[in-house]
Amino acid sequence: MDHWRRHPLVFWLLGLPPACWLLFFFLVPLSLIWLFSFGEKQGLVAIEISWTLANYIRSADPLYLQIFLKSFWFAGLTTLICLVVAFPIAITITFAREKWRPLLLLLVILPFWTNLLIRTYALIAVLRTKGYLNYGLEYLWDWAHAALGLLGFDGTAVLGDRFTALPLLYNNFAVVFGLVYVHLPFMVLPLYAALDRMDRSYLEASLDLGASQMRTFRSIMVPLALPGIVSGIIITFIPALGSFLTPDLLGGTDSQMIANVIERQFKSANDWPFGSALSFILMYITFFALAVRALMARRRGGEGGL
Amino acid sequence: MQKPRKTINRRSFLAGMGAAAAGLSFAPRGVFAAEEPKLNFYNWDTYIGETTLDDFRAASGIEVKMDLFADNDELFAKLKGGNPGYDLIVPTNDYVERMIVAEMLEPLDHAMIPNFANVDGPFRDALYDPGRKHSMPYMWGSIGIGYRKSAVDGVPDSWKWLYDSDRYSGKIALLADSGTVVQMGLKYLGHPLNTTDPDLIKQVEEMIIRQKGHIKTFAEDNGQDLLAAGDVDLTMEWNGDILQVMLEDDDIGYAVPKEGGLLWEDCLCIPTGAQHPDNAHAFINYILDADAGALIADYIQYATPNAAAKAKMEESYTANPAIFPPAEVTAVSETAIYQGEDFQRLIDETWTRIQAA
Repeated sequence: MDHWRRHPLVFWLLGLPPACWLLFFFLVPLSLIWLFSFGEKQGLVAIEISWTLANYIRSADPLYLQIFLKSFWFAGLTTLICLVVAFPIAITITFAREKWRPLLLLLVILPFWTNLLIRTYALIAVLRTKGYLNYGLEYLWDWAHAALGLLGFDGTAVLGDRFTALPLLYNNFAVVFGLVYVHLPFMVLPLYAALDRMDRSYLEASLDLGASQMRTFRSIMVPLALPGIVSGIIITFIPALGSFLTPDLLGGTDSQMIANVIERQFKSANDWPFGSALSFILMYITFFALAVRALMARRRGGEGGL
Repeated sequence: MQKPRKTINRRSFLAGMGAAAAGLSFAPRGVFAAEEPKLNFYNWDTYIGETTLDDFRAASGIEVKMDLFADNDELFAKLKGGNPGYDLIVPTNDYVERMIVAEMLEPLDHAMIPNFANVDGPFRDALYDPGRKHSMPYMWGSIGIGYRKSAVDGVPDSWKWLYDSDRYSGKIALLADSGTVVQMGLKYLGHPLNTTDPDLIKQVEEMIIRQKGHIKTFAEDNGQDLLAAGDVDLTMEWNGDILQVMLEDDDIGYAVPKEGGLLWEDCLCIPTGAQHPDNAHAFINYILDADAGALIADYIQYATPNAAAKAKMEESYTANPAIFPPAEVTAVSETAIYQGEDFQRLIDETWTRIQAA
C-alpha cells in the first residue's frame, strides 16, 4: 500500500471531515463543560467562568467521596461478575462450529437492538414482587409443598405455610444485577476477539505436553487473552461507573451512584458548574485507567513477548 | 421579513379563512395573521385532548406540532440555553416563577385571550405570577397518598404512614423528587410547605433517614406502577397518576393527608423567542374555551381551573376526590414557591445525604 505521505491531498480530504466532527461535536462541548467546572452560578441561568476551584473542593467533601467509592464498588463488582460470566461464553463461541458462530455472536449483540430503558423495564417485570421470577419460584414452592405432602412429610413445617416473595428489586442486588445484564456484551466481545485470534496450536502443545485443561486455561489461554481481558475490563468498568438509569429504576433508598448526583446537578439542582466538576473527575479517572492500560501494553511490548 | 404584498397569497388566505372560521376571538392583532399557520407546542405526555390539536387546526388553520417532555427539569434545561423553537410550553407553578425570574417567558396579551373570563375565581390571580402576566392556568392537582385498600387499615390520611411509622415497613414508596419529599415532611411536622429554615429541613432529613429502612424505594414518578403491581401498598404520588391506575383497579384509593399536601398548577406560557406568539395566544384562548376545555378535561382527567368547562362535566369527574380533593384538605394545602438557588442547593445536598446515609 502507498504511504499517505505520497498522497497528502487524499489524506487531508479524507481526514478533514472526521477531524471537524471531532472538533465541533466532541472537543468543543467537552471544553465548555470543562470551563463550566471552573465557573460560578450567577442567578438561574448565567454561569461566570471565574476559575474558581470551589466546585472541585466541594467534590472532595466526604459525602461525595463516599458516593464515588460506592460507585467504584458497584462498577468493580459488575466488571468482575461480567468477566467471570463472559469468559465461558467467549470460549464457547470461539470453539463453536464455524456455521454457529455468527448466530451466537448475534445473540450476544441482540440486546443492543433494544433501548436500554426498555430493557430495564423488562428487568423490572422479571424481578418485581409479583414478577416472573417470583411467580416461577412460587410455582416450584407449591410443587415442592405438594410433593412433600405426598411423601408423608409435613410440607408446612419444612417450607413455612406460604411462599414469601424474594425481595429481588429495589435494592443494591438489583442494581448490580441490572448493570451486569446491561454490560455483559461489552465484556464478551473483546474476549471473543482475543480468543479468536489466538493460535490454537499453543493449546494443543500444552495439552500434548501433559498439562491439564485447567493448567492450559490458566497458563496459556488467559495470558494470550490478556489484551482482550484488559479491554473488556475497561469498556465494562467505565460505562458501569457512569450509570444512572439502572440505579434510578432498579435501586432502593441507598443505591445512589455518582452519575445520579451529576444528573441532578444538570436538572433539579440546576448547578451545572458542580455537575461539570463531578463529570470531569470521573473523566480524569477514566483517563487514568486508559493510561495504566497503555503503560501495561508498552511493558508487554517491551518484553518482546506476547 | 417579506415585503408587504397587495395580493393575498394562498397561505395567508387560508390562515385568514381559518381565522374567520374560528370567529373573531383572536382578531385584535390584525385581521390577517402575519404568522405562518404553525405552532410548536411543548407539552407533557398524554396531557391534551384526543382531538384538540385537530379541532384547533380545523377551527383556525394552524397546524400544531407537539413535542413531549417528561418533567419540569427537562423543560427548564432545554430552554435554558435559548429557545430551540417552541411557541407554547406547560411549566408547573414553581417553574413558571423561575422562568419569570430568568426572563424566559414572554408577557401575555390578555386582550387576545378573551376566554380568560372562563377561568375560576381562585385561579384568576396567582402568587407565583401576580396579575397572570406570563401564565394561564391549564390544569391543577395535588400530591397525596395512593394506597391499596385491602392492605391498609382504613384511609391512610396522614403523612405519618409514609414518614414516621414502621406499620407498613417495606411497603412504602416516596417520590424521587427532593423538593417535594422535604416539603411533605415539613407538612407532617406541622410547618408551612415553603419553610426555608435549615434547622427544620435538617429535622426532616433526620426523620427520613430514620424511616429509610421501612421505605422500599424513591420512585421515579412511577409510584402508581409500583402500587398497581403490588410492590408497595402506599406511595406518594401525583393525583393524576394514581387516578390512571384507579380506573383499572378498584382496590386502589387516593387521599390527600389531613396535614395537607402540595397543590400544583400547570400553566400555559409562551417562552421568550417564540416564533409564533400570535398563534400561541390563539391556542391558549382555544384551550380556555368551555367546550374545548371540557373535551380536554374529560380525556386527561385532571382538575380544570376552567369554570365554564367544569360546568359541562359529569359528576363522576367533578365529585371525584382524586381529581378535586375535599375542601377541608385543599384549605390546608399549599403551592410551592421558588425559593432561590441557594435553597435549591440546600435541598439537593439534603437529598444526596438522605440517599447516601
